Amino acid sequence: MIPWLTIAIALPAVGAVLVWALPRVKAPDTVSETAASASAGGGTATAVRTKAPAATGGPASAENAKRITLGFSLATLAVLVAMALRFDTSDAGSLQFTEVHEWIPRFGIHYAVGVDGLALALVLMSAVLVPLVVLAAWREHDDREDGGRGYFALVLALEAMMIGVFAATDVFLFYVFFEAMLIPVYFMIGRYGRGNERSAAALKFLLYSLAGGLVMLVSVIGVAVYGGTFLWADLVGGGSALAALDPSTARWLFLGFFIAFAIKAPMWPVHTWLPQAAGASRPGTAVLLVGVLDKVGTYGMLRYCIELFPSAVSWFVWPVVGLSLVSIIYGAILAIGQSDMMRLVAYTSVSHFGFITLGIFALNQQGQAGAALYMVNHGFATGALFLLVGFLVARRGSALIEDFGGVQNTAPKLAGVFLVTGLAGLGLPGLAPFVSEFLVFLGAYAFSPVPAVVAVVGVVLAALYILWMYQRTMSGPAGEKVAGFKDLSAREAWAVGPLLALILAFGLYPQPLLDVINPAVERTVETAVDASEEGGEE
Amino acid sequence: MFLADNLPVVTENPPVLDWWLLAPLLTVFGAGVLAVLFEAFVPASRRRPLQIGVAALALLAAFAMVVLQAGSLPEGQVGTTVAAGALAVDRTVLFLQGTIALLALVSLLLISERRDGRDAFAAQAATVPGSEEERAHILAGSQHTEVYPLVLFAVLGMLMFPAANDFLTMFIALEVMSLPLYLLCGLARRRRLFSQEAAVKYFLLGAFSSAFFLFGAAMVYGYAGSVNFAEIRAAVDAGGAAIFQEGNGEPLLLLGIGLVAVGLLFKVGAVPFHNWKPDVYQGAPTPITALMASGTLVAAFGALLRVFFVPFGGSAGQWEPVLWIVAVLTMVAAAIVAVSQRDVKRLLAYSSVVHAGFILTAVVAGSSEGLAGAMFYLAAYGFTTVGAFAVVTLVRTKDGGQELGDLDRWSGLGRRHPALAGALTLFLLAFAGIPLTSGFVGKFAVFEAAVSAGATPLVVVGVLSSAVTAFFYMRIILVMFFRDPEADGPTVVRAGAATGGVIAIGVAATLLLGLYPGPVLDLLPPSGEEPAAAMADQAAGTG
Repeated sequence: MIPWLTIAIALPAVGAVLVWALPRVKAPDTVSETAASASAGGGTATAVRTKAPAATGGPASAENAKRITLGFSLATLAVLVAMALRFDTSDAGSLQFTEVHEWIPRFGIHYAVGVDGLALALVLMSAVLVPLVVLAAWREHDDREDGGRGYFALVLALEAMMIGVFAATDVFLFYVFFEAMLIPVYFMIGRYGRGNERSAAALKFLLYSLAGGLVMLVSVIGVAVYGGTFLWADLVGGGSALAALDPSTARWLFLGFFIAFAIKAPMWPVHTWLPQAAGASRPGTAVLLVGVLDKVGTYGMLRYCIELFPSAVSWFVWPVVGLSLVSIIYGAILAIGQSDMMRLVAYTSVSHFGFITLGIFALNQQGQAGAALYMVNHGFATGALFLLVGFLVARRGSALIEDFGGVQNTAPKLAGVFLVTGLAGLGLPGLAPFVSEFLVFLGAYAFSPVPAVVAVVGVVLAALYILWMYQRTMSGPAGEKVAGFKDLSAREAWAVGPLLALILAFGLYPQPLLDVINPAVERTVETAVDASEEGGEE
Repeated sequence: MFLADNLPVVTENPPVLDWWLLAPLLTVFGAGVLAVLFEAFVPASRRRPLQIGVAALALLAAFAMVVLQAGSLPEGQVGTTVAAGALAVDRTVLFLQGTIALLALVSLLLISERRDGRDAFAAQAATVPGSEEERAHILAGSQHTEVYPLVLFAVLGMLMFPAANDFLTMFIALEVMSLPLYLLCGLARRRRLFSQEAAVKYFLLGAFSSAFFLFGAAMVYGYAGSVNFAEIRAAVDAGGAAIFQEGNGEPLLLLGIGLVAVGLLFKVGAVPFHNWKPDVYQGAPTPITALMASGTLVAAFGALLRVFFVPFGGSAGQWEPVLWIVAVLTMVAAAIVAVSQRDVKRLLAYSSVVHAGFILTAVVAGSSEGLAGAMFYLAAYGFTTVGAFAVVTLVRTKDGGQELGDLDRWSGLGRRHPALAGALTLFLLAFAGIPLTSGFVGKFAVFEAAVSAGATPLVVVGVLSSAVTAFFYMRIILVMFFRDPEADGPTVVRAGAATGGVIAIGVAATLLLGLYPGPVLDLLPPSGEEPAAAMADQAAGTG
């Protein structure tokens, strides 16, 4: 049996080390750029190695670093696609491609990976986003002394951990990836970010996430102490030791996990790190931060909070639904008032994550299927939006709305793509997010009409923030602010094109995605509903 | 004892000494004595290499013997005692001794480092700082090779401290360990007044704490009628020595536990007995700080674990609540005070106090998991901290002379010296307990033990304190990597082979214990037993 997931985790990790350890050379003026492979990169490097210690990575090594990064991220995607083709859709509710190896026997810790339908979808989404981020960031760090090699090494390191965190089926291993992921992002924002606030933003991001993670550590330890094992498969289900836990302990453990996931998600009122972090991020970083990292929070709520402690769920449903609604409205209103587009998109995500958590805690099939689908679609739609804002920033050197106006006159393709992506974000039928948003509404309504009605207000506000942003930046007469704007370059088109294609495809035909997600979600819903019925009988 | 028949008997039970089991201690002791003789008889110019060689060999030999002894312990047997029950030789002690020997060896590398013919120590400690005489000695290239015998004696004390099986031996070990350290603290080459102040503070406070310890031991003797740990344990179980038949000896025992605890908690630097740490860590020559922060801490915690689990194990109900409070105070107060520190050595000192608090949570757990967790934590923390101090020795002021501890001036260090700053970053991540480093496994081990023992509130305090400490570790990384280098920034002197080696060992240990801790964890006491079961204790005269 081929250890697909281990390969997919190891590939980017190896790539990261390679990019980082690439010999630092000062390139001569003419560098033959024939081969993009790693070996050729090494060969060139040794051939032209100079004695000058001041050379900290010239253009040649930076170009090679980018190519290696792109190569490794595409190879990882290829591996995962090959794996996905072997995925047994009829059994998407159970873990497949599982591997279990002892890691730290004294504590009963395993290296255990495996994916069900939901994890598979999220792993694939991450793997799709990374090469596009690399493409989009191609020129961003050219003026740095290291040409951005460090950044690309961090992207690959982060990719390994992102795949690991979704694929982990040992609670301890999940925690390891969950926490370790923060470090590359800390550097990506603080060292390679934008603006003067970037180090403060990075520190804030890290401390928020770390604080949540540490609270979760208590619950992780609690799982081991009360559950007797770290293996997820042995912890879930009625026969496990956790199922017999007394309700108050279960609630505390649930809460420990939930706080960490709510910070990650980000849910009001612990969302405050996100706008600042996204505002100080490079667009590529923001894509991975909002598109993937934050999904770990909502994924964790499904996979760990609900499935490990189903008996505690009913106690938390209404508070969480309430916080979700606040997030939806609050995020949308603040998005309307933003003057910086990066921050604006970040606030829209606070609103969108409100929909996701609402769907999850509606505790029914439609709601959770919608939420799970939303996670994937949001990754593509918001990812594309961040990338497009990034293209604007690259042209203008600013993300402020007031610095733009009438872009559609000078760069019509860019404006068009921007509009389509924006419309996807506001949930236009025919585009992917609509399907998920609709399912969430169905679920929320079935749960209780009032939250559903409140949530609809969020959609109205979404139209406002997206269209108003479009109006102020893209339409109108082209002023001198946007004079000489180039339209989408081929590289940029390649970065954002696949995302648009996916948004359209899944908007018109979401069935393949639903086929893999639904069985996994059914399992979660059943667990929660069974437990609450039992609780009702007592 | 066939000889005893026809020879005059000096004592009734002549102690049978197992020389092999005593060999690690005797080797270090012998090397120390030899080193003193070198000072007297070997010409000054040839002393240094000889001293370093002897010290390194002695520590290596001690480590090798400890490993062999651990290997020769029969399966299923915890260990034994030697020298009439004065010293224990069991798996716990051997693990700690091995750790101390290795940490001392690594610190020795740092101590021996020399740049432009100068090491970290004063040319002539007896001269008045700033005087003509001092200048003359510096120009003449004088050096204190006495440092090496002093280090050896200190290490001897460290090796004995966790092994002691009675209070008198433990007190002697405490003094053998501390006295050379008091001296070593005052020997810094730069900022000598500062260093001497640190030495005086350490000496005065240390003397007080030793007195507390001794008073406590006397009280316990009054209660139990013995200083031997096994006999005290039996007396505690029986409710006191024979004279306390009505159980009225309790106050003596409580006073004794309290006073002994003060002495030991002082050595580990727990709040409220931590005040010496920042001053001493900052003033002492950095290589000596490294030795204290690693070796001394392991030894002191080893002794603390032994005292609380073996003689006082039966009265856990009395001391556990007190240690709860001390642990909470330590984790909270030190973390908060550390936030405002700007000097790297003071910061690491407060960090060491916080870590002592984390380890105390494992002591409070009072289980063999707790014992094992504390032991692993100590080993992991020791190597990381030596590495961190090694980095500190390299960051100097512009003229390259004095160490530059002011963190705000470390801006951009990561841009100019990525390897050095990268190593320090790894150490800081380990201190903060980020996964994939040794610090995380250690933290998990102690917290897991505490939760298993039902001390979950303590663990919650612990993780919150961790979150606060993360702030200042991450801030250092921020300053080094996210800020641009400044014109008056520090100079980084080229790492010599010794310092480079120390950093490399620190990095390797931090990663290895983080990624693959299994082999080390296998050496620790098995879970599920009483912690005392992992420690040999025998009554006097039976060893």
